[in-house]
Amino acid sequence: MSKTHVTTSINASLHEFLCEPGDTLLDVLRNELQLTGTKEGCGTGDCGACSVTLNGRLVCACLVLAVEVEGMEVGTIEGIGQSDSLDVIQEKFLEHAALQCGICTPGLIVSTKALLDENPDPTEAEARYYLAGNLCRCTGYDKIIRAVMDAAATLGGAKEGV
Amino acid sequence: MVEQTIGKSVQRKEDLRFITGKGRYTDDINLPGQAYAVFVRSAVAHAKIKSIDSSEAESFPGVRAVLTGGQVADDGLGSLPCGWMLHSKDGSEMKQPPHPVMAADKVRYVGEPLAMVIAETRKIAKDAAELVAVDYEELPATAMVNQAQEGAQIHAEAPHNICYEWELGDQEATEAAIASAAHVTRYSLVNNRLIPNAMEPRAALADYNPGSDELTLYTTSQNPHLARLILTAFVQLAPEHKLRIIAPDVGGGFGSKIFVYSEETALAWAAKKLGMAIKWTAERSESFLADAHGRDHVTEAELALDGTGHFLALRVKTTANMGAYLSTFASAVPTYLYGTLLAGQYKTPNIYVEVDAVFTNTAPVDAYRGAGRPEATYVLERIVNLAAVELNIDPVELRRRNLIQPGDFPYQTPVALEYDTGDYEASLNKALERAGYADFSSRQEEARSRGKLRGIGVSCYIEACGLAPSRMAGSLGAGVGLWESGEVRVNPTGSVTVLTGTHSHGQGHETTFAQLVASKFGISVDDVEVVHGDTGKLDFGLGTYGSRSLAVGGSALSKAADKVIEKGYKIAAHLLETERDKIDFDDGEFRVRDSNQSKTFQEIAFAAYVPHDYPSEELEPGLSEKAFYDPVNFTYPAGTHICEVEIDPETGKVEVVRFTVVDDFGTIINPMIVEGQVHGGVAQGLGQALLENCVYDEAGQLQTGSYMDYAMPRADDLPAFSVDTTVTPCTHNPVGAKGCGEAGTIGSPPAVINAITQALGIRDISMPATPEKVWRALGAGRAHV
Repeated sequence: MSKTHVTTSINASLHEFLCEPGDTLLDVLRNELQLTGTKEGCGTGDCGACSVTLNGRLVCACLVLAVEVEGMEVGTIEGIGQSDSLDVIQEKFLEHAALQCGICTPGLIVSTKALLDENPDPTEAEARYYLAGNLCRCTGYDKIIRAVMDAAATLGGAKEGV
Repeated sequence: MVEQTIGKSVQRKEDLRFITGKGRYTDDINLPGQAYAVFVRSAVAHAKIKSIDSSEAESFPGVRAVLTGGQVADDGLGSLPCGWMLHSKDGSEMKQPPHPVMAADKVRYVGEPLAMVIAETRKIAKDAAELVAVDYEELPATAMVNQAQEGAQIHAEAPHNICYEWELGDQEATEAAIASAAHVTRYSLVNNRLIPNAMEPRAALADYNPGSDELTLYTTSQNPHLARLILTAFVQLAPEHKLRIIAPDVGGGFGSKIFVYSEETALAWAAKKLGMAIKWTAERSESFLADAHGRDHVTEAELALDGTGHFLALRVKTTANMGAYLSTFASAVPTYLYGTLLAGQYKTPNIYVEVDAVFTNTAPVDAYRGAGRPEATYVLERIVNLAAVELNIDPVELRRRNLIQPGDFPYQTPVALEYDTGDYEASLNKALERAGYADFSSRQEEARSRGKLRGIGVSCYIEACGLAPSRMAGSLGAGVGLWESGEVRVNPTGSVTVLTGTHSHGQGHETTFAQLVASKFGISVDDVEVVHGDTGKLDFGLGTYGSRSLAVGGSALSKAADKVIEKGYKIAAHLLETERDKIDFDDGEFRVRDSNQSKTFQEIAFAAYVPHDYPSEELEPGLSEKAFYDPVNFTYPAGTHICEVEIDPETGKVEVVRFTVVDDFGTIINPMIVEGQVHGGVAQGLGQALLENCVYDEAGQLQTGSYMDYAMPRADDLPAFSVDTTVTPCTHNPVGAKGCGEAGTIGSPPAVINAITQALGIRDISMPATPEKVWRALGAGRAHV
C-alpha cells in the first residue's frame, strides 16, 4: 500500500513522516516518531490517555488519522515541559502527588493545559467535568483536582502580577 | 545534619519521569527487527474445536507464523498452575483441571486464546488473525454462577462444575447459637463481578538469543520472580537461570497483573521457538475479555444476636465464581482471604462459613484489589447494619457494643486469625467526628427542603495484609513461600542502591523505601535509589499484592540496613581505634562516645571499598548486605468509612457528598502517598457500589466489553475525600507498618449501600446502585406506601 507523506508541526518543530491511510496519529507519534509520552489506554476515545492538542484543540490521538494532521500544529506531553523546565501544571502534579502509576498522567496534563487555556479560572465542578474524559484508575482524582486548582490559582496569580 | 523524613510527605521520586512523558512502560520498549503478535480468541463460550485452518493467514504477506494451541501441546508445555491447593470439607483436593497456554481441543470462555499470528507489523497480524478459520462444535454454556452446579459440565475433572466445597469454623456451635438466639437477621446478596481495568493494558515483549539460549521477557507484571518460577518450574518454558523477566514501569495492576496469563507465556514460547523478538500489547477489548476479573459471589448470611444487641453467631454460605479455569491465586481468594475475615472488628463467638467454588464459562476470576476482604466486609457490614435497623438500634451503637477492645489483644477470632493490635473505637470516634455524624439530621432536613434525600452509612472494616508467614501459608496450601528479600548496596561514595523483591506499579516504593533506608543511615533521600522489577538484578522476590510491600519488603530492607550499620560499627571501631561498643551511630555519623572523634557514613563506605586501613583479618571489604524477612503473622489494618449521599428522587442519581475515612495502618512513612492509596482504593470501592458491573449473558457473551458498557468512575462521579489516621504500630515487624493499598476498596462499598438504603428507607439495594435501580426502588417504595 502506498504511503502518504505528511508535514506537520509537533511541539513547534517541523516533522515529516510517511504513513498508511489507516494509521492513527497515535500510531505515528509512538511508533514512527518515538514520542512515547502519549499513551494508548483504549484506542476508542474513551479514556483520554492519548490526549494531544491539534491546532490548540484537545483531541484523542487514537481517533485522529495521521494523514489529517498535514499542515496542523500538534501538541504532546513532550512539548509541555522538560525535567529541568517544568510547566506550572507539571510542578503542581508533582507537589500534590496527583499521579500514581503515571500511565494516564501525560494525557491528564495535556487536558489540564487545554482546560486552563480555555478557562483560566475554573470552579472545581468545571474542572471535574472537563477532565471527565480522562480515566485514572489509581488516584480517585482528588489529588489531580487539587493540583489543577492550585495550578489555576498560581497561573491566575501570575497574570494578575503582570 | 540531614532532615529525618519518616512520617514526612516527601515528593515522589518517580514522578519526574511520568509527568514529562518519560516513563518507560513495556509498550514503550522496542527491539530491532521485532515482530508483532495478535491472538485469535474464542468467539463462543463453550465449544469443541473441530479444526483450525490457518493456511490463508499463513500465506498473507508479512506473516511470519501462525501458532496454535495444538502446537503448544505438541511442544510439551505444562499447564498454567494455580498456586494454592484447597481442600474440600470431605478432605478431598480441589479440582484443578488443566489450564492450557492456548486452547487446543476445547474452548471454555469467550476470549480464550487459541492461536497467535506473528507478523511484521501489528496491523498485518491483526488482519491475518481475521483469516484464521476456527470450526467450533458449540456446547451449552454455563455462564451464571448461581446456575453453575446444574449447568453443562465444563471440565471432565469437575462434576457439577464444583472446584471445591470449603468450610471454616464450628458449624455445630454456630447453628446452636442461631437456633436459640433472641434475634436473627438474614441477608441474601450478590457481590457484583468487576473488571480491574488498570489503565495500562497488559503487554509483553519477548526476545531470544539462540547463541546464549537466553530468553528475556519484558512484561507488565506485579511479581516478575514469581512469573519466572511458574514459567520455568511448571510451564517448563526454559531453565530458570536462562529466563530473565523485566517488569519496567507498570501502569497499575490492582491484582490483575499478579497472574501468569496465556498471552505472555505463549509470546515467550513463540520467541524461543521462532528465534525472534516478538511484541504483544493488549487492546482494551482484550483486557475486558481476558484479564482475570474480580469478586462475583452469591451469598446467604445469618447474624444471631442476644436481647441486648450482642452478636452470638454468624453463618455464611457463599458460592464463588472461579470462571473457566483456576487463575494463579484464584482458589485462595474466596477462602483464606474471605472466610477468615468474617469476624471483622467484632467479638462474635461463633462463626461458620461454607464456600462452594464453581467453574463457569466466563473469564477466570482471581484477586482484584482487596481480594476476598471486600466481599467479607460487605457481608458483615451490611448484615450488621440490617440488624441495627431491625432492632431499632443506631448502627454505630450496635457496632460499638460488639467491638474488640484494646485490652483484648492479641485476639483470637473463631476463624483462624489472631489480631495483634488495634484500637477500633478510636478510628470510629475520629471518623464520626470528622464526618459530622452527630449533625447529620440537620443536613438531612436541609436536603429534604430542596427535595433531595440524604443518607449516611458507616462501615468498620478489618483486613489481613502482609502476606504472609510462609509456614502458615504452606500449611494452608500455598505453593510458594511468602517472605520478601531486600538488598542494600552502599556505593563507595556513600550513596545507596536498594533492591527489593516487591514491585511498584503506582505505589511510590521508589520514595517510601528510599525514606526508610535514608532514615536508617542518616543520609538524604536523594542519595538512595530503589531498584525493582528485574530478575536479572535481584535474586528473588515475591512481588507486590495483598498490601505487603512495606510490611514485608520494607522489613527485609530494614534488616539489611541494620546489617550494613553493624558492619559499619566494626569498620568505624578500627578507624577510630576504639571498641565497637563504645561507638554510637546517629545522624549519619559513627561517634566515639564521650569524645569528639567520629567518622561519617560516607567515610566508612569509602574505607570499605578502599580498604587500605581496614580490619582485613576479621572483615571482608565492601558494604552491601542482603536480608530475607518472613513475617510471623499477618498485619491487620482496620478503620472506619462513613459515606453521606444525596439522592435526587426525580432521576435516582446518587451523589456522594461526603466520604470520610479514618484508618489505622500502623507506622506511616509517607502520609501523602498513603492518602493517595486510600483515595484510589475508595474510588474503586465507590465504583463497585455505584457504577461498575461485569455482565455476561446466558450464552456466556460478555455484555460489558468496553468503556461504553462498563462504567468506570470519572472525575465528575467522585467527591473530595476526607482522610485521616490513627496509629497502633504493628507489633511484629521492624517497620511497624500494616499496609494501606487495599483498605479503601475494602471498607467503602458497604458504607455507600448503608447510606443509600437509609436515604431511601429500604432494606437493600444491589450493587451497583445505578440511577435506574434507585429510581425503581423509589417507585416501589411509593407504591408500597
